[in-house]
Parts: sequence; C-alpha cells; structure tokens
Amino acid sequence: MAETTEDLEQAFEAKIAAEEKIEPKDWMPEAYRKNLVRQMSQHAHSEVIGMQPEGNWLTRAPTLKRKCILLAKIQDEGGHGLYLYSATETLGVSREELIDALHEGRAKYASIFNYPSLTWADIGAIGWLVDGAAIVNQISLQRTSYGPYARAMVRICKEESFHQRQGYEIMVELARGSDAQKAMAQDALNRWWWPSLMMFGPHDAESAHSAQSMLWKIKRQSNDDLRQKFVDQTVPQAEAIGLRIPDDALVWNEARGHYDFGEIDWDEFQRVIRGDGLCNRQRLRHHKQAHDDGAWVREAMAAYAAREENV
Amino acid sequence: MSNRNMMPLFEVFVRGKRGLDHIHVGSLHAHDAEQALEYARDTYIRRGEGVSIWVVESKHIHASQESDAQAFYDPMDDKPYRHATYYTLPDGVDNM
Repeated sequence: MAETTEDLEQAFEAKIAAEEKIEPKDWMPEAYRKNLVRQMSQHAHSEVIGMQPEGNWLTRAPTLKRKCILLAKIQDEGGHGLYLYSATETLGVSREELIDALHEGRAKYASIFNYPSLTWADIGAIGWLVDGAAIVNQISLQRTSYGPYARAMVRICKEESFHQRQGYEIMVELARGSDAQKAMAQDALNRWWWPSLMMFGPHDAESAHSAQSMLWKIKRQSNDDLRQKFVDQTVPQAEAIGLRIPDDALVWNEARGHYDFGEIDWDEFQRVIRGDGLCNRQRLRHHKQAHDDGAWVREAMAAYAAREENV
Repeated sequence: MSNRNMMPLFEVFVRGKRGLDHIHVGSLHAHDAEQALEYARDTYIRRGEGVSIWVVESKHIHASQESDAQAFYDPMDDKPYRHATYYTLPDGVDNM
C-alpha cells in the first residue's frame, strides 16, 4: 500500500526528532530540500569565492614558506568547495545550475569576501578571524540533519585546523615586529573585525531562514549564540599579542560569563549583501571570467569522452 | 539457469548507522544488483551491523595502483604545514 504524504512527513519529522540524519534517498519535504540547496550552495560558493582575496597575495607572500602555506590553504578552500558542491548535488541539482545561480546573482556567498585584502597583515587577519568565525559555524554544522552536509563538515573542520593557526601566526609575528609591522597588524584587525562578526548573519529575530532551519535541525545554534562564542574565544587571542579589538563597548560581563560587545553596522551589512560592497562586482566578474576561460577544457573533455564512446 | 561461475562480482558497502559513511566490507557474486543486495544482507549484516547497503559491480571500481604509490602520493609527504601542530601558539593561547 502506498504511503500518503502525511505518513512520509511523519516519518521525516520522527527522524529529525530522534537526531537521525536524513540521507539522499530518504523522502524529504520539498521546502527542506530547497532550504538545503540554498544554504549548501551558498557555503560552496563562499569557499570558492574566498580563494580570491587570499590569491591576491600569493605572488607577494614575504617568504617561500609563507607562499607554500598560503597556496596549501587556498588549495584546501577549492577542495572544500568541491566537497560541498558534490554534497549539494545529492539533492538532485546539477553543478551547472548552481554555478548559473551564482553568476546570475540568485545565489549568494559570504559577504566577507567582498572586502579587499590590502596588506600582508590582511592574510593574517583572514586566517585568524574569517576562518576562525567559519570554524565556529562549521563545528556547529557537523551536527546538521542532512547526512552528506554533516559528513562534509566533519572532513572540512579536520582539514581547516591549520587555517586559523597559520593566520594567527602571521599576526603574532607582525605584532612582535617593528612599530610599522604592529600598526599593520592592528589596521588589518580594525578592518576585518566587524565584517567577521557579520559573518554570523542578522540577529536571530531578523534572520529570514533561521527559525525553520533550527526546527529542521539544519542549523543547530543561533546566529547570535555562534557570534558570542566567536567573540569570547577571540578577545583573549587579541590580548595575548597586544592588539586591540576595535570596539569601545567591548567588556567582560561577569554575570553573563560572556563579553558584551557593540552593535554591528547593519546598514553596511545590508549594503554589502545587496551588492554594493567594495569588491562585489570584481569577485563575480573574476569568477565568470575564470569559468569562461576554462570552457575550452570542458569542451575538449566532452569531445574526448564522446569519441571514446563511439570507438 | 545460468552458470554460477558467470555471476558477476559485487563490492559491498555498509552504512553502520544513519549519518555515517558507507564503508567497504567485502564482496560477493550475484546475478544482478537486486540479488546482490539480498545476499549482502544475508552475508554481511546478520547481526544488525548496518542500516543501508550499497552494491557496486566490481568491474566498475577503478583503483589507484599500489606499485605507483610512491609517485602518486609523493606531493603530500613534504608539507608538514598542512597540520595544525606545525604552528606554535604564544603563551596564554591554548585553544585554537
């Protein structure tokens, strides 16, 4: 006897309630599938677009060692994009559709990558703060309800353990350096701190997808909780190397057992999401250009495969 | 009835628990995929070792060659900086 949609929904909800993962061949509500495609593809696009601000410093890394490390990190980001695209494809959407959505502005990527990397210290700040914030988010997502997404997160978290440390080490060395180097580190922290806090998204009450995503256990912790976690772990790291977090309202709150911190400039947040950040156009243009430049490779591979099939 | 020896070989992958990866557990002969699934159930998960089985005809598995291992994996041998332990943290920072 065929199961009714109601039966299927009940079975789905029961799995979610029991902390069981949803796997690709399981029945799932269309809205759950769509929500996942949106979030996972946005995550994949972020990994790939995120290669641009760091790639900007590859040829100018101060030593061969730093160049090797940066290259390894950027290679990881590309790999993580592939894990996430593949996991998204288990939901019945093609890679091409996902890339088209990015190019046509229907899919987003993390707004942080619309800020420019102006100095070498920015590479330190990106690893320390941007990867630090991403890791806080991704550790939480290891417990997401969709199996392929959760497994990709486990793999990514394991590989990313060095990303934050290599960035922090750059900051440590600059902070211990000359006055000019220390000023460069402080300047990078000043510019990357607030955009890093924005990475966690709007306040819970104003987050468009949060409530449903939490019910479906796609998201496991709220934007504000994750942001607090990031602030709490990062402030002592800044203090340890004599850098100042650019927030006059930042203060330890003994009663809460957390740091209090100032309000994010939400106008800036909205402006960058809308496409008016410093690098939005450049990032997308570069991605399209790279995609178009690679078209002949994809065509050659398709031609080769067609010829082999006809042999 | 076809010759038993002609039955193709299948590789069997079992997911121990929802949320985990399928892991290779062994192989078996079967007429087709459907039968391979039943045989795999009877052969490999008689004690509830799995909640999901994948079977793939062995001929569809493409493997790297053990004999080429050195050249194949060489690029990852000299990159200790891919590991977090390569980096030292200053005093007072222990959790990163």
